[in-house]
Formats: sequence, structure tokens, C-alpha cells
Amino acid sequence: MTDAAVPTSAQALRHTVEARLKKRHAQEMRFRLYGRLAIIVALSFLALLIGRIVHQGYSTFVDYRISVPVYLDPARIDAADPTGANYDMMVAEAVLDKLDEQDDEFGRKAGKVMSIMSNDLGFQLLDQVRADPSLIGKTVTVTGPLKSDAALYFKGDIQRATPQDLRKLDDQQLDWLDKLQASGAVSSGFNIGFLTRSDSTEPEQAGVLGAIVGSAMMLLVTALLAVPIGVLAATYLEEFAPKNRWTDLIEVNINNLAAVPSIVYGLLGLAVFINWLAVPRSSPLVGGLVLALMALPTVIIATRSALKAVPPSIREAALGVGASRTQTVFHHVLPLAMPGVMTGAILSLAHALGETAPLLMIGMVSFVPGVPEGLTGAATVLPVQVFIWENASERGFHERTAAAIMVLLVFMIVMNLAAILVRRRFERRW
Amino acid sequence: MLTWIALTALLLFSIATYMAARRRVVAAAAGKPTSLHSLPGYYGTYAALWVGVPAALLVLLFAMFGPRLEAGVLRTDPPAAVQALTAPQQDVFYNDARAIAHGGRPSETIYDGALKAALEEKAAQSQRMSRLIEYGSVGLAAILALAGAFVAYPRVAPQFRARNKVEGWIAGLFIACSVTAVLTTIGIVASLVWESWRFFQAVPIHEFLFGTEWNPQIAMRADQFAGAGAFGAVPLFVGTFLIMLIAMIVAAPIGLFSAIYLSEYASSLTRSVVKPLLEILAGVPTVVYGFFAALTVGPLFRSFFNWIGAQLVGGPLDALGQYLMQVQNQMALVAGAVMGIMLIPFVSSLSDDIINAVPQSLRDGSLAMGATRSETIKKVVLPAALPGIMAAMLLAVSRAIGETMIVTMAAGLQAKTTLNPLDTVTTVTVQIVTLLTGDQEFDSPKTLSAFGLGLTLFVVTLALNIVALRIVQKYREQYD
Repeated sequence: MTDAAVPTSAQALRHTVEARLKKRHAQEMRFRLYGRLAIIVALSFLALLIGRIVHQGYSTFVDYRISVPVYLDPARIDAADPTGANYDMMVAEAVLDKLDEQDDEFGRKAGKVMSIMSNDLGFQLLDQVRADPSLIGKTVTVTGPLKSDAALYFKGDIQRATPQDLRKLDDQQLDWLDKLQASGAVSSGFNIGFLTRSDSTEPEQAGVLGAIVGSAMMLLVTALLAVPIGVLAATYLEEFAPKNRWTDLIEVNINNLAAVPSIVYGLLGLAVFINWLAVPRSSPLVGGLVLALMALPTVIIATRSALKAVPPSIREAALGVGASRTQTVFHHVLPLAMPGVMTGAILSLAHALGETAPLLMIGMVSFVPGVPEGLTGAATVLPVQVFIWENASERGFHERTAAAIMVLLVFMIVMNLAAILVRRRFERRW
Repeated sequence: MLTWIALTALLLFSIATYMAARRRVVAAAAGKPTSLHSLPGYYGTYAALWVGVPAALLVLLFAMFGPRLEAGVLRTDPPAAVQALTAPQQDVFYNDARAIAHGGRPSETIYDGALKAALEEKAAQSQRMSRLIEYGSVGLAAILALAGAFVAYPRVAPQFRARNKVEGWIAGLFIACSVTAVLTTIGIVASLVWESWRFFQAVPIHEFLFGTEWNPQIAMRADQFAGAGAFGAVPLFVGTFLIMLIAMIVAAPIGLFSAIYLSEYASSLTRSVVKPLLEILAGVPTVVYGFFAALTVGPLFRSFFNWIGAQLVGGPLDALGQYLMQVQNQMALVAGAVMGIMLIPFVSSLSDDIINAVPQSLRDGSLAMGATRSETIKKVVLPAALPGIMAAMLLAVSRAIGETMIVTMAAGLQAKTTLNPLDTVTTVTVQIVTLLTGDQEFDSPKTLSAFGLGLTLFVVTLALNIVALRIVQKYREQYD
């Protein structure tokens, strides 16, 4: 009879509770969905960013070269002063010959050919003649890149369908390019030049070697300064320093330095290193100094947490057998903390590798057409090279910017992987 | 060159001292090693430190400050012909004199008559001075090294507490390294304040902070015609604020929700995949984000708004349509949105730490009372984590304000006081970069104003960081 005894109000209550429960569960599902959405959005941004850069940049790694036999006419080259001859013109005429074209008296067609060939071909001829003047009067075959606009046509960035006056190359030039390709004079392959040349005003001759070397030199300075100083400072604060007002001050100081905007370090570098200490502008040395100051707080913070992870029993054991505190730290604690220290150091160096803003302040934005000569010579670095090329107006530089970013990202990924490997390989759990 | 030879010689001498001191103390122990206070190596190190360190420091100091010293001495007694020149011309003159002396490339200024003679004289003086400084420093270093050897070597005896002394040196090194961090701060503050002070002498501080027109054009030469320039930074502050606001609107919800999902819902497998991916997003250099903003997001947004505008033109919202048709690539929205993407992993990882620090017992209690997980999060975990999350947001704001590359590449240069996200604005950091890249004259208010902006930026971000770190610390103590 209990069933009958259940009051209707209780049933109503059950109904309301069930209804409410349904609503609550729906709310739960919705909340969880928001979380998923947030993660999906964040990750799709990552995919979009990387995908877009690869999409824009991969074509840089394919280049189009042309080989032409050029007759080095003794009438036009003065053996005593080979520099004076117009090699670009000779190349252009050789190409016209190949195309069975007759140039008019003004050399208009040769001019048009010159704007699809890189002037690198002319320089190659000059170099060869200089090295061996007996070549004059002979026919020499030179191979060099096409001008970046011509390469963009083969890559599909410049299309015939576009009206003639909206593209860089006219119909005749496109016909020539097609003909040259059909005749086998144009070949394509991996663009090794992008990795073996330095910056240039011509996109097809620009490469990242100078920037890579500059970055490496700068990181070396940063590493040599920031890592030892940071590790020693952290060791002092963690293992030796008495707890007093001064060490508290240093600690607060370090935490705040880690969050100072990077551009402020650039201002510091400009005022102190360049104007006051007269370190040469735009050199890897001054860049390394600025980045070392910037990386210092992160190295200190990482080292401190690595030192904290070493159990006190290690220290007590060492002290117990008669080691001094310095010996305890240098013989036992620091070696055990090393994997954590190295991981932190590599990560902060990777961060320094990608840093751009402070380097703009210390004059790194200059055009440097070669591999830097030394720590005090003018240099450029990878992220700044990206910035410089991004500002260039030629379209050929856009794909090169994306390709330089790809190179930069490869270096960063390698450093991050190294950090992960060090952590996996050597980390100890106590 | 001489410096390197001197340093190498010093190193060899130190090694020799090490060996000699070590041998001496081992011989003195006469076959009874237990009579030594310290290990033999400590005696050697002690002597080598006395020989090497003071002398090496001296050589390095001279190498660092020598050129400045030389330049200073060069200017002490200017010939009459040089005195007649203006200050910038004098700078060029002295630079040329030093360039000639050191085999550098002088400027293309043409000197004649008395000036040419003075130039040659000063170049010769510069050469003499630098040689004097070089040889002088090496000589002094040699004396110091020998003095060090004379002080340290006789002390080396079995009962000498060599280890403690060496550890004293090490302690000194420790403290010197720790002080570097403090010196950096002092360097930042001093350089910013000093240059800003020079700027505020030309432009009153209230005009800088409250002026509403920013147009830092000033004559590079005295005879050049140009406006006096206006240094009212309010448009820059507004622009910075606008872009920061847009960035936070993007980053705060996405970052916070992904942190909640990762710490409260995700399986350990999901976490182990998603967290490294977010770390990659955090590790991407800002110049890459700038490139992405300038060449992908900017054109995309512009064509989107232009398309909407094209739909609206001719309809009831014709004016809006006309406006949208003219939107530029450099709108604040682009830089703000991309900066928001950059900040997502930053907000997410900070919030993740803070949510994880909320004790499990609070969650268990709530779940045991029958609350669903989302109710637990909303009613228990988030309120408990709120101060920490606020601190994380403040740190993100400080990051957004100080971010440079994205805005330099994707935002405009036009200083406008507007809160319209489709308009182009400029920020404090963009202006610092524009004012300081390329050749500058270091005395014009135009260049110095960059330091005024830098000081403002530093003070604001520092205040945000201090407040945020305080909150985090307090909050951490609460649950410890």
C-alpha cells in the first residue's frame, strides 16, 4: 500500500528534479564543449600559421636555372681590363640566338631578356674571364638562376590569364620562357643557393647563410655569458645566500626582470653598450650582450628550480663525510641538477634565437651582403632577416621570407627537441 | 691583439704558479700528506688566483674603457680651428681623427688648411694615446701578476687554510654573478631615466603624457625647414590600449577555457598531446606572427570587410558600407587578433598552473554534495582560483603592451585617438622602433622621445608585474 501513500507532491518534486537534472547535464555538456572548442580553435590557429608559412615558402626551395653557351667575343672584351665589358649583354644575345630572335637596333629584346635572367650569369662570366683570360675568344657555358619573376611564372604565381599590364612579364617574355623550357635550357632543382648565399638586393640571389652565421655567433656570445653567470647566480641564491633584505631584493628583481618587455633591453643596449661603452653597432657582440641580459633571468629561474629538485639528503650525506659547502655544491648538487639546468638554458637560448625587437634598436636592420667577418663586424640574424625581407616590395622576397621563417623554425624545433632529449635521457626522479 | 697575447701569457704564468705552489706544499709535507690542511690542488689554485684574476680584470677593463678614455683625452685640448666648429661637426672631426689613426674609414667630409693640420695632429695623438693605454695596461697587469705571486707564493705552507681561502674567492664570484641581475635593472632604469630626463627638458612631461597630438618631426639640420614636432603621447597610449584590449578579448576566453578543459576534463593522453602543441605555439618567434598578420590575416580581414561593405552599399546602411569598402590592411583588429593568438598559450599555461594548485579536497567536497563537474568548476574551483587567474591576465596584459614585432609589422604608423578596431592606430612600441631604426642624431628630441616612451612602457609593465606577482604569492601562501 506504500505506493498509494506516495504523495503527489513528491512525484511532482521528482519530476522537477529530473527536469532540472536534465538541464544541469545539458549545461555540463555545453561547458565541456566550450573547453573542447577553445582547444580546437587554439590548435587550428597553430595549424593555420604553420600551414600558411609552408604554403608560402616551400616554393623557394625549388629554383629554375638556365644554361647558355656564351661566345666571349674578343672584340668586346679587353683582356687587359675584363671588368669593363658588358657581360649581361653577351648573355642576353646568346639567349636570343638560342631563341632564333633577331634583336632590333635599340636592343629592346636584349633588354627584355635581361629582365628574365639573373645578372649572376654576367658575374660568373666576369669571374671566369678574370681567373683565366685565355677563355676570351672561346665559348663558355654558364648556368645561373632566372630572375625571380621568371621563376614565379614557372611556379604558377604569375599567370598568363592575368592581363598583360598587371603582371611583371609581357606575353613575349612568357613565350620565350616556354620555348627555353621546351628546349631544355631551363632546368629546375633544389635551391641550394638559398642556403649558401647571403642577403642580396636581387631576390633570386638572396640566401640565409649570412643570417645563420650571424645568429650562431650571437647565440655563442649569449650562451657564454648568460649560462655561467645565470647558473652561478642561481646557485648562490639557492644554496648559499642568507635570507635577508638584500637577497630578497635580488630575488624580486630577477622575477621582475623576466617580465620586462624585450624592447626595453634594446633601449638599454643602445644607451649603455653602444653610446656609453662604444661597442660596434649591429655586431654579433652587442646583440649577444643584449640577449644575454635578457636570457639571464630565465636561466636563473630554471636553474633554481632544478636545484630545488635535488633532495636535501644528498647535501647532508656530502656534508656528513666532511665536504665543505662549496665542495658539496660543485661535486654533488650541481652535477645532479645539470639536466634541468641544461634544459632551461637551451630553452632560453631558443627563445633568444627568435628575438627580434631589441636587435632593431642596436642597428641590426642594416643590409649585410655577406657572411659576418667577426664578432665586431656588421651582421644580421635570422629573425631580423625575416623582418627585412618582409618589408621588401619585390614579390620574390615574400616567398623567401616564408622560407627564412621555415629555416628559423627548424632551428628552434631542433633546439627544443634537444632540450626534451636531455630531459628524457638524464632526468632523475627522486 | 696585444690584449690577447697578454691574456695568454697571463694564463700560462698562472698555470706555472699553480704547479709551483702545489709542488712546494707537497715537498713541504715531506711524504706525510695528512699534515696538509687542504688538498694540494687548493694551494696551487690559491696562488694561481692571486696571479691571474686581478691582472686579467685590469686588462679587460682597459680593453673595455680604453677607447672611451682615448676619445676623452683627445677632446681635452682642441685646436682653435676645431673650436670654431659646431658640436656635431666636432663629433665628426674627432671620429675621423680616430678612424685615420686606427685604419678605419673616415667620413667624406673635406678638411682643409688649419683643420687638415689639426686632423693629422689629432690622429697622431690618438695613435700615441691608444698605444700608451695598451702598453700601459699590459705593463700594469704584469706588475699586478708579479705582486700577486709575491703575496701568495710565500704563504703556501702545510698549515695554511688554502681551501677556505679559495672558497672565499668562489663566494666573491657568486656574489658578482648575482649582482649582475641587479646591475641590469640599474642599467635599465638609469639609461631610461637619464635619456628621458634629457627629453623632458625639451618637451615638458605633462605635454608628453597628456598631449593629444603625436607628430615627432623635427629638423635634422638647423637650416632645414620642418615643424617643431608634437610629442603628445595620448594617441599612442590609446592605440596600445585598443590593440591590447582586442588581444585580451581573443586570448582570455580561449586560453582560460583550454586551461579548464586540460586540467579538469582531458585524459592524460589528450594532455600529453595538446600541451606540447600549445608550447610550440608559445615558442613561435613573434616576428613570425608579425609576418602572418601582415601577409595573411591583414589581407584576409580587409577583403572580408570590403565584401561586407560591398553588400551594404546602396542599402539602408550605405554609409557603413562605404566605410567598410575603404578599410585598410593595417587595422587595429588584425594586430590585436594575431597578438591574441600569441597570448593563448601564455594565458592557458599560467591558468593551468593556478587551477592545478586548487586543492583536490575542495573539488571532492563539491562533487560529493552532488554537484556536476561544471558546477564544481564554476562555483568552487574558479572562485578559489580567481585571484591567480586575474594575476595571469595582468601578466598577459603586460605582455601585450610590451609586444613589438606583431604591431611593428601589422599595425600602422598613423597616431590616431580612436577606439574603432577597423581604424589604423599606432602603439608605443611601434613608435620606439620607428624612432630608433636607421641613422639618428642622439641629441634631437625626436630620438630622445623613444626613451620617454620606453620609460613609460617600463613603468607600466613593471607595475602590472609587481601587482600580479604579489597576488600570485599571496594566493600560493593561502593553500600551502
